[in-house]
Amino acid sequence: MAPALLTSGLAKRYGRVEALGGVDLEVGTGELVGLLGPNGAGKSTLVKIACGLVRPTAGRAEICGAPAGSKAARASLGYLAELFRFPGWYSADEVLRLHQRLGGSGGGEAERRELLELVGLTDARDRKVETMSKGMQQRLGIAQALVGDPRLLLLDEPTSALDPAGRRVVRRLLTTLRDRGVSVLLNSHLLTEVELVCDRVVILLNGAVAAAGTPAELERPQGVEVETDGGVRRYPDATREDIPGIVAALVADGEPVYAVRLVAPTLEEAYLRVVGEDPT
Amino acid sequence: MKGVAIIVGYALEESLRRKIFVIVLVLTAAFLGLYGLGAEKAFDEVDTFSGGSGIPGVDERTLAGATLLGLAMFGTLFLGAVLAVFLTLSVVRGDAERGLLQPLVVRPLGRNSLLAGRFAAAAAVCGVYVGLVFAGAAGITYWAGGWWPDRFWLPAAELALAVVIIAALSLVGSVFLSATANGIAVFMVFGAGLVAGLLGQIGEAINSQTLLDVADRAAWALPFEALYQDALNAISSKSFGLTAEALQLGPFGGAQSGGHYLWPWIVVYLGIAAVVASVFFARKDL
Repeated sequence: MAPALLTSGLAKRYGRVEALGGVDLEVGTGELVGLLGPNGAGKSTLVKIACGLVRPTAGRAEICGAPAGSKAARASLGYLAELFRFPGWYSADEVLRLHQRLGGSGGGEAERRELLELVGLTDARDRKVETMSKGMQQRLGIAQALVGDPRLLLLDEPTSALDPAGRRVVRRLLTTLRDRGVSVLLNSHLLTEVELVCDRVVILLNGAVAAAGTPAELERPQGVEVETDGGVRRYPDATREDIPGIVAALVADGEPVYAVRLVAPTLEEAYLRVVGEDPT
Repeated sequence: MKGVAIIVGYALEESLRRKIFVIVLVLTAAFLGLYGLGAEKAFDEVDTFSGGSGIPGVDERTLAGATLLGLAMFGTLFLGAVLAVFLTLSVVRGDAERGLLQPLVVRPLGRNSLLAGRFAAAAAVCGVYVGLVFAGAAGITYWAGGWWPDRFWLPAAELALAVVIIAALSLVGSVFLSATANGIAVFMVFGAGLVAGLLGQIGEAINSQTLLDVADRAAWALPFEALYQDALNAISSKSFGLTAEALQLGPFGGAQSGGHYLWPWIVVYLGIAAVVASVFFARKDL
């Protein structure tokens, strides 16, 4: 089966500005991939190319085996833009009904009801969009992206306007979708959120993949710290397996050892290191 | 075609929900009411002026009726243009800047269907609106002075088509310009067309070939003006002699008829507009 999203040498220039400089990326079926990077790294451009809103300068992008932007590709994906708006005169239910018609979904009222329930908007079914808070609109946007049972979900900052409870709802939703075999590319600045739900993380920097792997791989130990009478001694290349040897050598030298710590950075520290910022 | 129909429904619903139709109906009723009042007074003045004896060689009722209806046609075209522009000015770039467009175009319906749907909705609304207002103005003219245009269906269709062209221009403009810039641009183009038409009238009156050539070129470039002129020509097409001369000297006299190539050119013109909008929208990053 073709991967949900595959990009190869994907590049995009806006005039003299290079937004993407040849990105290779794959999101497998049922995989939840987090896309991280500083502002201007090319994350939104990549997502927009994937859903056919932006044309690449070079390279290719495929959605479930179909060229990005083609009708078949668009039929396979759900998309929530970073900046989006629904007509204010529509109710939540009408927004979903419009997208059911546009996407050719035959889910009817049952699908709309289920989606509104999934995002916690059951009580706002008949509420006009213009009377909704930004957070409610964002949840409606997620429900809209799920219309028609897409195989790939492209979410660009889906929780930026949500409160902690709303973010929790979305996290649960994402894991539910993964269990159902839906692939998700999650573009977010909220690292803890990405750390909690994503199978893999891709960090973009200046339009290129600077690091990729599972959260555990990115958070791999960065040495060992030992607290002695002489202060904290750092062994940056040491691993967990080196600890007994280090301790034995210190004790043999007559140094009392008070504490030993394996230095394991959080995803945030790993991210900051990749993008060239000081984690401290 | 199904996608186009969905977008047509969406656009019409937008007009209904945003109360555009209500506002247009109220303003149109005010316009026709004022026109009726003015037409009645004008015909009364004609009767008083001629004193029943008449001006030799001039049919005053035809002169008054055609001039009044010509004025109403100008007003109708203007109202239709306002409606056409406001229904289409932000279809692409304006809606993309507000984030309304992206959720729609990532759906399988495609960009061409979106353009076609928005155009069809605007064309239907504006065309029917202009046709009805023209019919209303003609009916009021008949009620006020017993005068009915020499041809009815042709000028009605030409006015309707004129606003359809304005809607098409506004739609094409929306691919390139933000909503405000597009609205300003289309109204300036509309004004330029009307000025060119008036230049033609002046050229006819003073027998200036240069002015007539300018008006002719402008009418080809902006065929809504040619349609308007042809429609003016049609409402008094059976007039002759001094009546026809007097009408042609007035601002709503229909000095220029469109000729045989007008309608084929309109088809080609709308085709070019469709290709330009489609090609550039397809290449546009949103």
